[in-house]
Amino acid sequence: MRSTSTAMKLALAWAFVGIPLLWGVAMTLRNAIKLFE
Amino acid sequence: MNALSVLDRGRIIARPDYNRWLVPPAALAIHLCIGQAYAFSVFNLPLSKVGGWKLTELGWIFTLAIVFLGLAAAFAGRWVEDQGPRKAMFTAACFFGGGFLLSALGTSLHNIWLIYLGYGVIGGIGLGIGYISPVSTLIKWFPDRPGMATGLAIMGFGGGALIASPLSVFLMSRYASIAPEGVAPTFVTLGVVYFCFMLAGAIMVRLPAPDWRPQGFVAPASPQKLITLRHVHVDQAVRTPQFYLLWWVLCLNVTAGIGVLGQASAMSQEVFPGRVSVVAAAGFVGLLSLFNMGGRFFWASASDYLGRKNTYTVFFLLGAILYAIVPSAGRAGSIALFVACYCVILSMYGGGFSTIPAYLRDIFGTMHVGAIHGRLLTAWSAAGVFGPVIVNYMRQYQIAHGVAASAAYNTTMYVMASLLLVGFLCNLLMTPVHERHYYSIEEEIAVGAEAPEVAV
Repeated sequence: MRSTSTAMKLALAWAFVGIPLLWGVAMTLRNAIKLFE
Repeated sequence: MNALSVLDRGRIIARPDYNRWLVPPAALAIHLCIGQAYAFSVFNLPLSKVGGWKLTELGWIFTLAIVFLGLAAAFAGRWVEDQGPRKAMFTAACFFGGGFLLSALGTSLHNIWLIYLGYGVIGGIGLGIGYISPVSTLIKWFPDRPGMATGLAIMGFGGGALIASPLSVFLMSRYASIAPEGVAPTFVTLGVVYFCFMLAGAIMVRLPAPDWRPQGFVAPASPQKLITLRHVHVDQAVRTPQFYLLWWVLCLNVTAGIGVLGQASAMSQEVFPGRVSVVAAAGFVGLLSLFNMGGRFFWASASDYLGRKNTYTVFFLLGAILYAIVPSAGRAGSIALFVACYCVILSMYGGGFSTIPAYLRDIFGTMHVGAIHGRLLTAWSAAGVFGPVIVNYMRQYQIAHGVAASAAYNTTMYVMASLLLVGFLCNLLMTPVHERHYYSIEEEIAVGAEAPEVAV
């Protein structure tokens, strides 16, 4: 039970910072790709 | 009980079952926000339209923010260590969020001095406190991989700009109908969002208990040559030659990268006239930002295996070689080689930032590493002046003496390579600090009774 709760906390904490970061990386990659077009 | 006592370091000692992998997201929550500073230039053009200010006047906002980042990190370092990461993160959130709100007021009132005070001074103090707030905590949680841990957090500073740039453009376009250029409401939104995000980081962060060790981790019985198990006080650290060698190591590494970052767009278009469009140049800048961010994690993690001194040796030697190759890439018309060289250079620029806290920990111990790191960050402020000045001045000088724009950066590249070789020498001279600078065993025991992290 405790390990499930910890896993949930970990998933939420990493999603909290990971989702905005991935969005930023995706937007930058979308612009960077124009260098090779 | 005082409501603010929840911020005290005594209230955030982790329970035995606390998972240490919850600490890097807390640190990232801070650095992803304050990394916005690198994207402030997206406001320059809209602000010039709102207030009729010149770009040179607006450039001072970012310059002030970086100067106050360095000053706050240097002067508040000991306070951050004493008060603990939660209070420091909360304070950083108040300053950084508050800076945006004051800037929004300044924008609405068309008063640039309020923006200088808001984003430049108050926001800059938030940047400085926020930057150093999670560093020593991460080092204490990850004694087995300090480079990787600080690399994760400082990677967030690089990543913050990748989020802030498109987010700010999006918000300004949404608010354009309710305020001139949508700038003031965008500042308000960013201030509130960043405050909440940083507050979440402050709530998540925990300190390890004094006797805590990672499972299976056995501290080395005897110190390695450049990794001490003892501690140096911050006021004593600044009296050692090692502090100043590391100051120059950071300053020279940053100088070489920061000048290029600021000029990357113009440089790529001038070196390859007619072949790199404005849009492609923006893509080049984006690619450099990605390598800057990725390098922060990659190189700091690699330093846990290579050793800190060897990692900086790679930065300086490989960096010097790549800078020396760039003019040849330009002459040969090889965009791919030009881009590849700069991507690796910028990865090492980011790596220089993220590996330095672990280097400081190796040399001066963990007890005052946050405060020592804060003082060392003045090297960043200095490099923020040196780098762009060298690149801009030398380009102007070359063009004034009849050199074609496509070749105007060549001498600058050789100068950068030379600076990196000086950095190589500084790094080569690094030795352990003299015995007299360390706390005595009796002092460590006495201080350890009050400061739990001494046992890490």
